[in-house]
Amino acid sequence: MLNLIVRRVAIAIPTLLIILVISFLLMHAAPGGPFTSEKPLPPQVLANIEAKYGLDQPIYKQMINYTVGILTEFDFGPSFKYKDRTVNEIIAQGFPVTMTYGVWSFIVAVFFGIPLGLIAALRQNTKTDYFAVSFSITASVLPNFVMAPLLILVFTLWLGLLPGGGWNDGSWQNLVLPVIALSTSYTAELTRLTRASLLEVLRSNYIRTARAKGLPERTVILRHALKPAMLPVITYLGPMFVGLITGSFIIDSIFSTGGMGYFFVNSALNRDYSVMLGITLLAGGLVVLFNLIVDLAYGWLDPQIRY
Amino acid sequence: MKHCMKAILLATAVGWASGPLLAAGAHPTTGEALADDQIFTYVTGDEHTSVDPQIVEDTTGAAIVRDLFEGLYNQDADGNLVPGVALSHTTNADKTVYTFTLRDNAKWSDGKTVTAGDFEYAWKRLADPETASPYQWFMEVMNIKNAGGVMSGDMPVSELGVKALNDTTLEVTLAGSMSYFPLTTTHGSTFPSPQWVIEAHGTDWIKPENIVSNGAYVLTKHVPNETLERERNPMYWNDAETIMEKVVIKIVNDENVALTRYLAGEFDKTGVPTGQFLKMQKQYPAEVYSNPKLCTYYYSLNMGENGPEALKDKRVRQALSYAIDRDIIVENILQAGQFPAYTFTPGATAGFSVPEVAAATMSQAERDAKAAELLSAAGYDKGNPLAIEILYNTSEGHKKIAIAISQMWKQKLGVEATMQNQEWKTFLSTKGEGNYEVGRAGWCGDYNEASTFLDLVNSKSGYNDSKFSNAEVDQLLADSKTSDNAQPNYTRIEEIIADEVPLISIYHYTSATFLKSSIKGWPHENVEGNWYSRNLYKVAE
Repeated sequence: MLNLIVRRVAIAIPTLLIILVISFLLMHAAPGGPFTSEKPLPPQVLANIEAKYGLDQPIYKQMINYTVGILTEFDFGPSFKYKDRTVNEIIAQGFPVTMTYGVWSFIVAVFFGIPLGLIAALRQNTKTDYFAVSFSITASVLPNFVMAPLLILVFTLWLGLLPGGGWNDGSWQNLVLPVIALSTSYTAELTRLTRASLLEVLRSNYIRTARAKGLPERTVILRHALKPAMLPVITYLGPMFVGLITGSFIIDSIFSTGGMGYFFVNSALNRDYSVMLGITLLAGGLVVLFNLIVDLAYGWLDPQIRY
Repeated sequence: MKHCMKAILLATAVGWASGPLLAAGAHPTTGEALADDQIFTYVTGDEHTSVDPQIVEDTTGAAIVRDLFEGLYNQDADGNLVPGVALSHTTNADKTVYTFTLRDNAKWSDGKTVTAGDFEYAWKRLADPETASPYQWFMEVMNIKNAGGVMSGDMPVSELGVKALNDTTLEVTLAGSMSYFPLTTTHGSTFPSPQWVIEAHGTDWIKPENIVSNGAYVLTKHVPNETLERERNPMYWNDAETIMEKVVIKIVNDENVALTRYLAGEFDKTGVPTGQFLKMQKQYPAEVYSNPKLCTYYYSLNMGENGPEALKDKRVRQALSYAIDRDIIVENILQAGQFPAYTFTPGATAGFSVPEVAAATMSQAERDAKAAELLSAAGYDKGNPLAIEILYNTSEGHKKIAIAISQMWKQKLGVEATMQNQEWKTFLSTKGEGNYEVGRAGWCGDYNEASTFLDLVNSKSGYNDSKFSNAEVDQLLADSKTSDNAQPNYTRIEEIIADEVPLISIYHYTSATFLKSSIKGWPHENVEGNWYSRNLYKVAE
């Protein structure tokens, strides 16, 4: 197992470097730049600004400077758009926000989605199952950019129960609506996945064998069916977790949470090179990390997998 | 439920307030009963770029800077100059040297006196290439002596034509005579900045824990992309007249969500979502406003080398302009009180009277007939249709206008107009490189004087996307800088624009806003949208 971890970390470094180089090149290939504006800056002013941010140097040099800055000082540079802030500050402020609502959404999705899927599979073709299936279909076709404004309309305007946005240092009132809006489709997906996976396992030969041995149904499910049924679910949970904690543009922009998802998308639109690269690398690093965690979980769930 | 919401809001409000709330009282001049909580909360769609007066470049940031800092002059509700840190100014005979007398009781929030030296420092800081300010060019707009040389690094910063003669006297030397110079001193980039704080904290000086400012408010809290708070500055020289204790920005990126939350009572001011003005005005007549704005929406016609051959023919450009029915665009598409535009400079601009250009006096039927006549004279007709491409940045609003205009051109002139949309920065870069035929554009004045618009058709202007070049226009613009009455020049330039049509003015903007009826003192008549929180107050309901 230690061997696996060492190997994966060793691969992670070149992976992140490749992500860095590709993002850097793609970003510079996009037309326009951070200082392109409707009132174009006079050439002299533009030259002064580009000199200040080092954009007057050749691309390979910019890339080397940038990489060296990260490796030696963990410095992701200044934001080109929000001139009084650095990328480190933007991430330090935005990441805890997305992390908080992301982790809560993850917990909600896992604690509702998986049990609902299990119950539906165990009571296939009953009313409970029909409810679970219709919930999961409805919730997955209802996009969160429709759901979020609806929640605000109902809970803020009509009922006056919860604030329609803002973060307020993460108070629970400000968390409720974003978490509902974000977790619903993931809950639906987990329900569907868990149900399908358990149904498939229940039809497999070793379950038939277990039942033929005369084991009680409880033991059959808990000891023999549950673990293998969880494999596809775990595969899904890793990327889902990363997706949740790196933020959602829609949640951030509709609920004004100040989270990282908004900065990520907007940095691309603003050609805010340094912010975009910083968040890309962070997200890339998290994907690598959670894929590793998922792989380790496989070893525990599936005895056929040995490292 | 309503009570519950109120309780939450009240609790939040109390939580926010760091000092005691102003007790209920009456307004000193109007006598209106004031609300207990003098807190003004408004929505902005995006985060400001900075609150550093010499760095800020967006209107959201500029509004914050106007509250935190105070320049030589302020504007009153109608946009006229009123004393700020400066009490008055004198000028020499040829208007090349302006001498400002500063008040001696203006203070920074740390108690230091605001001096002429703080202005000298700030202006030099703005021009200094090392500051790399995006508004560096404003020093050239102000026509300050040696601004160009300092900006390019060819001259030392000390050569800039600004000098503190003593603590209360600031002398500004211009490169040439300029009669409207004092108007430019209400712009945020000319506000003073505290050298000792900037030197102590570097770029972090504008963080709430470090900032020192000389305006009616001080910055107390900033959570990026969520909220910003400023509270009254007890050191401000005129603090006694400030009523609004605290001003809060909530950043809400989605205009419809902002409206829902406004209606739920979370904010005092928000924008009216596009296309909903008429409906909202009917529903909330006391809260919905449409105010003229110093901005023009226009199509620029590429007359440069990459532009199409057809647009080099004046008759084609004229025909395209005549055939656009501005009334339909304003009344049926925009529907928020915008003004049809036949001149580039908005009629709301101070000291500018709209000249009677030919198109403005005709009926649309006459314009259409004239357009058809001009285009066929240029050799285009239904058998040999003119093909042209409209480039605009991706947005529902721009798309609607582009569709309407392409249909007007098609029906009236048989023009085969195609539409192309591009993402914002791509669009700007395409247009900047001159790779377009007809391009959407918008222009807002930097100060309230017609030259901020008309400079755009100067052949040397970097904003002249049409690549229009006319010696008479250049000369008229140069002359108008020194003239006491530039209106005849402006009239003539507008006539040339109407005749040569380097650009098609389509409409002049309005800003449509929701403002709670309890908030008073809003300068609805200020066409630059320059408002100051210290003039606002909340009345008891």
